[in-house]
Amino acid sequence: MLLQHEVSAAGHPLAGTVAEWLWLLPLLPLLGFVINGLLSLVPATVLGPADPDMAHGADGAHGEAGHGVAVHAHDTADDHGAHGDDHHRVVRHRYAGLTSIVGPAVLAIAFGLAVAMFFAMRGVGEMHAPFVQRYFSWMPAGSLHIDAAFQLDQLSMVMVLIITGVGTLIHLFSIGYMQDDPGYPRYFAYLNLFVAFMLVLVLGANYPVLFVGWEGVGLCSYLLIGFWFSEKANADAGKKAFIVNRIGDFGLLIAMFLLFANLGTLDFVGVNEGVARLAFGGPLITAICLFMFLGCTGKSAQIPLYVWLPDAMAGPTPVSALIHAATMVTAGVYLIARSSALFSMAPVAGLTVTVIGALTAIFAATIGLKQWDIKKVLAYSTVSQLGYMFMGVGSGAYVAGIFHLATHAFFKALLFLGSGSVIFAMHAAYHHTGSHEDAQDMRNMGGLSRYMRVTWILMWIATLAIAGVPFFAGFFSKDEILGSVFLRAHESTLADASWLGIPGTAVLYACYALGLAAALLTAIYMTRMMIYTFHGPNRTGDAEREHLAEAPWIMTGPLVVLGILSAFGGWLNLPALTSFLGPVGALDRWLEPVVGESALRVTNGVAPEAAHNTELALVGSAVAIALIGIIIAAVRLKPARLVPKARSPEEHGIERVLANKYYVDEAYDRVVVNPTVGISRGVLWKGIDQGLIDGVLVNGSARLARAFSSFGSWAQSGQIGTYAWVLVIGVLAVLGAFTIR
Amino acid sequence: MLAEAIFFSAVLFAIGVIGVLTRRNAIIIFMCVELMLNAVNLSFVAFARTYGVAGQVFVFFVMTVAAAEAAVGLAIIIAMFRHKQTVNLQNINLLKG
Repeated sequence: MLLQHEVSAAGHPLAGTVAEWLWLLPLLPLLGFVINGLLSLVPATVLGPADPDMAHGADGAHGEAGHGVAVHAHDTADDHGAHGDDHHRVVRHRYAGLTSIVGPAVLAIAFGLAVAMFFAMRGVGEMHAPFVQRYFSWMPAGSLHIDAAFQLDQLSMVMVLIITGVGTLIHLFSIGYMQDDPGYPRYFAYLNLFVAFMLVLVLGANYPVLFVGWEGVGLCSYLLIGFWFSEKANADAGKKAFIVNRIGDFGLLIAMFLLFANLGTLDFVGVNEGVARLAFGGPLITAICLFMFLGCTGKSAQIPLYVWLPDAMAGPTPVSALIHAATMVTAGVYLIARSSALFSMAPVAGLTVTVIGALTAIFAATIGLKQWDIKKVLAYSTVSQLGYMFMGVGSGAYVAGIFHLATHAFFKALLFLGSGSVIFAMHAAYHHTGSHEDAQDMRNMGGLSRYMRVTWILMWIATLAIAGVPFFAGFFSKDEILGSVFLRAHESTLADASWLGIPGTAVLYACYALGLAAALLTAIYMTRMMIYTFHGPNRTGDAEREHLAEAPWIMTGPLVVLGILSAFGGWLNLPALTSFLGPVGALDRWLEPVVGESALRVTNGVAPEAAHNTELALVGSAVAIALIGIIIAAVRLKPARLVPKARSPEEHGIERVLANKYYVDEAYDRVVVNPTVGISRGVLWKGIDQGLIDGVLVNGSARLARAFSSFGSWAQSGQIGTYAWVLVIGVLAVLGAFTIR
Repeated sequence: MLAEAIFFSAVLFAIGVIGVLTRRNAIIIFMCVELMLNAVNLSFVAFARTYGVAGQVFVFFVMTVAAAEAAVGLAIIIAMFRHKQTVNLQNINLLKG
């Protein structure tokens, strides 16, 4: 490209290296989107692999033995009704083969490019300023000057590696999961577009470019949640996600306006320099941060805007893994880390973020305790883990937040893909017998470890990781967050500030306690999910049982890679306590140029250093809690007593409240949705639209014109005599006027 | 002499106007129009005695136009009568909007 030599910052250590190809990163998935999008416009579908039973005309028997792959990969509970009784028929898109190559390939190339950039970045050593490429002037309007520009720094690099790396694995998994869906190219087009926008989000060099990515991923999320839009519930879930996110985006926009009005720039570099001019802890910077955090609560599913994420499970399972667990929902965490200079100046906002994070972590974890839908458990677990990340970035431990973001991307993607593999097997089994049972309900599973050994082992790795069992990825990252919150309660700007009149120290200790409690619940509900799904007797059904089988290698392969990452992801940032395992604090050092200054500002300029005993106690309590949780779940739960969903009794008391998610959706319906609908109908529709606009303005002007015209029509009587009279009177009037004057 | 002529002309003109305004029969209205033209002719001739011959020249023009108008106007009235079986203008309102 001719462009690049003129647009890059000259003199930067990365100038002239592979980082010059920065613009190619989002462009590659975009190219995939265009190709797959065009393919999806071809409506042609062909029959899949020939069904031997079809040849013999055995209509009633749905025997597809040996065709474990050849089923619709739908995973909604009642999707059978959608395609009638064609259980034995497989419909594939004609160009599915081409899509299977293009879709993952663009991602794989992008990942390779990202890895090359990573090594280039390591090669240049210390890098204190981001590598910025300006392409063209996007919004030159008065003093507002915004470039379409990308920047690469250590934080973006981490995000790009996660997005393209995990993204590639999920694309590969999708080949197996989605291959018999008629909308296969459309699915990959959306998935590619999502990655393109996500890369724009993390590479943008200023807030507006970030916002383009921010909105773009929201769009793709909407499209993919409602991917099977022929069912109203799915389409509704998509709309819910989109609308709830709009509320958050409003906050982000206000924050951007305030930033521009007071700093005169929206470039990350400019904002980071200019933020020193604002008063520390003043109302302005607090407002900016709080509005920005409102945006994060929408995108990253925190209280009060988390309600869309569990419903987002209506999309295909790999989508849940990529968008609603590993990448998009972490955009809020990225935004706060990216704006760390702002948040470190506003202790009250930081405390708010921490409190909301802690509340979300415990709140979602309790709901996760009583969900029966395997994906719902994981969805609430995601909300809960996002809460941890916000506890980290809110309390000024930006690296800890990003660290947990990375490890969570590994183990949650693995959990979701593993659940996808389970649902795939369940669905295939039910598909064979034409049963309409719920393929996602854990009460219909049980004992699956005998049929799916690979999935079973890998999901246990992810479960141990998320529960915080030592030496798995989640242990290190969760521990670092909890430890950071604990240490900052002693000595930090947050501890000196007060939140709603409560001293910051007390707030942080309370958050730490909530975090520990949530860790206990996490261990319990994850173990519960594993026990109900993989252990105990099988409840799938006698006819279906023999059809349960492990997913094909294209699906288990990515699982294995994610399993390795979940097991060893903690090595990214080992704490000092485990220095015998390898180099300590790699991520700390890597991100130091980006967030180091802000993190130090929060801790009053001294790196928080725990006494050895304190650290041992912190780690010990976290480990104890994780183990206690697992043991409680293992001892107390009796999978043998479970019965399939169709025969399950109603829940009572607190269980019922939890199973119904505290009735938050119902409360929102009553407090927000219904009044809004009522006002829209009563005032805006009947009153403003029909009354004022249609009645007064549109029909009113028509009536006025008609009144004038009927007068004119009446005057034109056609009687010559009348005309003559009018003429004479007129002449007399004119003459009279001249004469009298 | 001039004053009497102008007075007489005005009276003739007023009769013509009143006739046009009040009568319904197209032929009578037509004749009233002719009356107005001739009232004007009279005043032209009267003024010509004082101001030169141009007034008399105008009278010739007016008479010529009036003759042409009579031909065309009567033809229209006859055509209308054939069409509507009446020359009463109250029954003819083709220009009604």
